[in-house]
Amino acid sequence: MNIVLRQGLVVADGSAQVTDVLVVEGKIVEVAPGIEAPHGTRELDVRDCWVGPGLVDLHAHLREPGREEAETVASGARAAALGGYTAIVAMPNTEPALDTVALVSYVLERGARTPLDVCVAGAITQGRRGELLAPMAEMAAVGVRLFTDDGVGVQDPSLMRRALTYARPLGVRLAQHAEDERLADGGSMNEGPLSSRLGLVGRPALAEELMVLRDLELVALTGGSMHFLHLSTARSVALVVAARRAGLAVTCEVAPHHLTLDEGACASFDPQFKVHPPLRTSADVVALRTALVAGDVDAVATDHAPHAPEQKDLPFDEAAAGMLGLEHAASLVFEALGATDASAQRFFEVLSRGPARIAQLRHDDVRIRHTGHGGAVAAGEDANLVVFDPGVTWVVDRHQLASRATNTPYEGRTLRGRVRATIAKGRLVVDDGVLT
Amino acid sequence: MITSIRGQNLLSLDELTRDAIVEVLDTAEAFVEVNRRTIKKVPALRGRVVASIFFEESTRTRLSFETAAKRLSADVLSLAVASSSMKKGESLRDTIGTVDALGIDAVVMRHRSSGAALQVSRYVPHVRVINGGDGLHQHPTQGLLDAFTIRQCLAERRGVVGTETGAELFAGLRVLIVGDIRHSRVARSDIAAYVALGAAVRVAAPATLLPEFVEQWPVEVVTDFDEAIEWADVVALLRLQRERGSGSFVPTLGEFTTTYGLSVGRARRLRPEAIIMHPGPMNRGVEIDSLVADSPAAVIGRQVENGVPVRMAVLYLSIAGADEERAS
Repeated sequence: MNIVLRQGLVVADGSAQVTDVLVVEGKIVEVAPGIEAPHGTRELDVRDCWVGPGLVDLHAHLREPGREEAETVASGARAAALGGYTAIVAMPNTEPALDTVALVSYVLERGARTPLDVCVAGAITQGRRGELLAPMAEMAAVGVRLFTDDGVGVQDPSLMRRALTYARPLGVRLAQHAEDERLADGGSMNEGPLSSRLGLVGRPALAEELMVLRDLELVALTGGSMHFLHLSTARSVALVVAARRAGLAVTCEVAPHHLTLDEGACASFDPQFKVHPPLRTSADVVALRTALVAGDVDAVATDHAPHAPEQKDLPFDEAAAGMLGLEHAASLVFEALGATDASAQRFFEVLSRGPARIAQLRHDDVRIRHTGHGGAVAAGEDANLVVFDPGVTWVVDRHQLASRATNTPYEGRTLRGRVRATIAKGRLVVDDGVLT
Repeated sequence: MITSIRGQNLLSLDELTRDAIVEVLDTAEAFVEVNRRTIKKVPALRGRVVASIFFEESTRTRLSFETAAKRLSADVLSLAVASSSMKKGESLRDTIGTVDALGIDAVVMRHRSSGAALQVSRYVPHVRVINGGDGLHQHPTQGLLDAFTIRQCLAERRGVVGTETGAELFAGLRVLIVGDIRHSRVARSDIAAYVALGAAVRVAAPATLLPEFVEQWPVEVVTDFDEAIEWADVVALLRLQRERGSGSFVPTLGEFTTTYGLSVGRARRLRPEAIIMHPGPMNRGVEIDSLVADSPAAVIGRQVENGVPVRMAVLYLSIAGADEERAS
């Protein structure tokens, strides 16, 4: 399929201009004004829209195998495509956990049947039990570049030290869900005056920050590299930023919900607002936004966490933690960045280029299975593109989402900006905001 | 803020104004008289159906609510959790939906999870929900009956009628709440009620049994129980909630009793007119000495007794209160 995008604001690294983009057989072949497209080329008028590299999600819980009632690789990929993603990293906290080549391959094969590039993060420890290392070298050999026990962090510092050391020569990166579970104490919202009043056990900010501190020291000790998942407090981000400036190989992501919601939502006791790490204070939200705008955050990752109603529609302390993310992340990041054309550069940096670097998904990184993501919109690049319309608004309706689950905390909320088209591996998979 | 619970749910005392609380106390006053009659029944809620669903063990609150509903002539559907389908894995939403399908006007519920009553109020918006205790969050009728009991005691001493005093008797009243504040929904409701009514509240507990961020609560924290004893007009003790893990928040029960138990020695140092309260069930010999619990200053039995008229008032105002207002 040949596609030409007409008169979009094409956002390249450092510049943006209104021009056309021609896609032929999976590649971008020309970026110029007034392209004469071959006969039969699909024409898309994308005036007033941003055109940039397809989005990359570092953090999607696709629930397959084991929890297919909540999400499958196929349904997750549909949600991702609607959200503007051309590549997603499936998290390994499935049942069973993705801790062997066989299980990783199962998900990769499911992913290969979708239009997107579905990558897999492997577990750091066998069964994510935090006791014994998983066979990371074997998984790395089939293309796994990120390893995590996400859902919970690796609690044992000795084991984490060993994992960092073992992973170092493999050219892979460990990703940590940074929360000290003992200090988090089984809590279900941010610890603060509000949790105290509501009688909910709190997860203190310190539970996250202590783990960040510990792992930064372990990275320094081992010379390893680490990606910090879904940082939620001002101090966590500041710690990682300082460590990176000091020369450690560390990166971090924040989640859209931590940029747009604060702990006040928990006063409703609506379990849709329960997530780990929890929604924090409004001051944390401001600090995270500031860090995002300033370029201190490497990526925004969704932590897309579908749950079936029977897991979510429960008393707050019993409900599963996590919320949907893929379909509204781009709109929420647009909002967090200030909702102007001036934010287009950062938008693509944190949603595409940054995460593609971390997941080793750029054209130069490609070894197995994947096309290039997070690159320039330029001739010769693989055609993974997104068209984002900053001028529209839409209302979130959980029953209209492509995800199998409905656990969005944004139900009924009016969002600004929406993904209009997604071109994945040269195919137009979302057109005019709907799956083709 | 809710200025009257007429036609409203009762989920938390945090959201009630002073007027709303006084209205319940005044209404309860009228029901005290009903409870002294030979025929202890009024037709106020005849034909109405109140479901009583206790997902967590309770004897006194459940009995008290059900007695209150029956004295108002309501039909009571009582779901015994031990034999219910919750044990078979049915969700809270489905359990409430099933009971609602039988046709109910109100549900009185207790649940181990904070916020469960508020969640249920969203499941069945056409049903009035009365919170009989949710997790560590709130136990609003206990707060109301405790306030009622204090007002009743003070009014009797002054030879006045409670209903004529509004919240006056609480102005400057010094209430000391002692014990496991952290895990206590009673403390959260009591404090909300006393503060709304104008009392000064202090709390005393081992530092680990104080709630996090207690400095932002509208109370003063006392670090030494002994220093606060002579200050108090009312001493309210709380049960050490060992089933919520509070045992591990203090080194030993013995040390807790030594430092924060209301012993005979401490009770002697109370002001002569001080009132001793406990929401029950008591751990005699832990937070309160048996002799103190049975002393004339203790109004523990009266708290239980007042539970019925206060819950009658709550049920009546919540279920029929709006109708009556429209009719008048």
